[in-house]
Amino acid sequence: MVAAQPIIEVNHLDVRFGRQQVLRDINLTVSPGQALAIIGESGCGKTVLLKTIIGLIRPTKGHVTFDDKRVDRLSEQELANERTRFGFVFQNSALFDSMTVAENVLFPLRQHRASEQSSHEQEMLSRLTEVGLPRSVLGKRPAELSGGMRKRVGLARALVMHPEVLLYDEPTTGLDPIVSDVINELMIRTRSSYPVTSIIVTHDMKTAQKVADRVVMLYPLSRLEKDEPQLIFDGSPDDIEGSSDRRVSQFVRGEAGDRLMEMSDQKIVK
Amino acid sequence: MASGTDYAYSGRPRRGLFGGLFESIADLGGFVLNGFETLGDMTMFAWRTLMWMITRLPRRETLFANMYQIGVLSLPVVALTGTFIGMVLAVQSYTQFRAFGLETQLGGVINKSMFRELGPVLAATMLAGRVGSAMAAELGTMRVTEQIDALASMGANPIQYLVVPRFLSCLLLIPSLTIMAVFMGVVGGAGYCVFILNIDMQHYTSNARQFVENWDLFYGVVKSVFFGATIGLVSCYRGFHCEPGAEGVGSAATTAFVQSFVVIIMLDLFLSIFLDEVYMAIWPTSPMLFS
Repeated sequence: MVAAQPIIEVNHLDVRFGRQQVLRDINLTVSPGQALAIIGESGCGKTVLLKTIIGLIRPTKGHVTFDDKRVDRLSEQELANERTRFGFVFQNSALFDSMTVAENVLFPLRQHRASEQSSHEQEMLSRLTEVGLPRSVLGKRPAELSGGMRKRVGLARALVMHPEVLLYDEPTTGLDPIVSDVINELMIRTRSSYPVTSIIVTHDMKTAQKVADRVVMLYPLSRLEKDEPQLIFDGSPDDIEGSSDRRVSQFVRGEAGDRLMEMSDQKIVK
Repeated sequence: MASGTDYAYSGRPRRGLFGGLFESIADLGGFVLNGFETLGDMTMFAWRTLMWMITRLPRRETLFANMYQIGVLSLPVVALTGTFIGMVLAVQSYTQFRAFGLETQLGGVINKSMFRELGPVLAATMLAGRVGSAMAAELGTMRVTEQIDALASMGANPIQYLVVPRFLSCLLLIPSLTIMAVFMGVVGGAGYCVFILNIDMQHYTSNARQFVENWDLFYGVVKSVFFGATIGLVSCYRGFHCEPGAEGVGSAATTAFVQSFVVIIMLDLFLSIFLDEVYMAIWPTSPMLFS
């Protein structure tokens, strides 16, 4: 059996902001239809990796390939066209404050399919129904919604263009366990309804294990030696539980270990 | 441990006189490089804004909403300050002019100053304070809350969608605001001179007319267009490059006003020199009043 051609390839990726290096020599491939969870502690570069994949951040070295096209070599217009094949659910939803829920969900359609205006409203209503939002929220502003509702509007907005790749940035952060599970279920339902590739950045192990069929773990560069790889785990969600790497098992179990001591030491040294 | 304590308190190692000197030079170099980097970045930002403005005009509803915010809502404050500036000019000049028995000539000074200098600068200052800071804060908040990233991730161009309508509104509406500031200044100055200082209205009016030419109106309007472009670009740039957090947004708003104002004052000098040269080139025999 011939393995499917990866839809996304990350090759020797380095990202640096001024003097601070965030990602170092990351290599990763994502197959079509796969649900990949990127886990790791706060500040390890998960979101930066996600934004580099969609071209919001330019790599310092290395490159990202999407559907055999190098993202960093695309012109502004080409990049804009390619981005319509992605849906991005942001950590804090990133809904436009000045627009209503309906306008937020309609925005990508109006931007790219201005000629088919008659079907826009139906499309928007379908997506909102899919994520379980009632019609009563249509005229509301994002500030009037709860965190869980905002996340669902963000998901509806990401789905409205029927993307091939869905990027989730911490989809369950800041939500209570029940609403988190609703979002997890929505992600699973989305995968079963559409032939979509999903990349989920999270530090919630429950989300990673429930939604993803592959998990990779990033480790903060500040805690690694110069030659150590930054991706310290790549496998199935079932394998991660039994990982022999102490750093992985510590993260999975949510144990601080000697971290508090180390943090205090770092502060004193600084 | 002594050295440890030094690090903790000074935040930087002390390496004697030469060490300190080299560090100062390095800091200065860093500051200069940073300045050039910002200037280059700003130039690219302005270039991309102009390119988007030429290639694709913003949607009518977005443009009109910005025009309303920037132009219509600024009218009352510009009119009010314009009136008071005209009256202040009258108060300040009256004593000197009266000493020479030239109080009927006050209209010339007030009108000339309003048309050429105070009208454009006042309207621009008001716009930078009322609109520029608000634009920087709004775009800064959008940056911090990832709304600008969201826009880009959906294949929309943030410069085309957010900057071009604001820039165009500043550019197109500042001449009207300047004319309003000038008009109200002229009315305020005339009102104060005639009704409070009891200067003869007929003399005041005829002298005022004699001193002001169409060129003066053109002079002020040309300046205002440059000022409007400065406010639009500097404020949007500051908003786009906002640092994270509430402090970052506050700082973007303040910096937008301060930088816009500094650039406006510098531009004012260069434009005044340039426009005077143009005047002299076109009408070499015409006497330039007050020059």
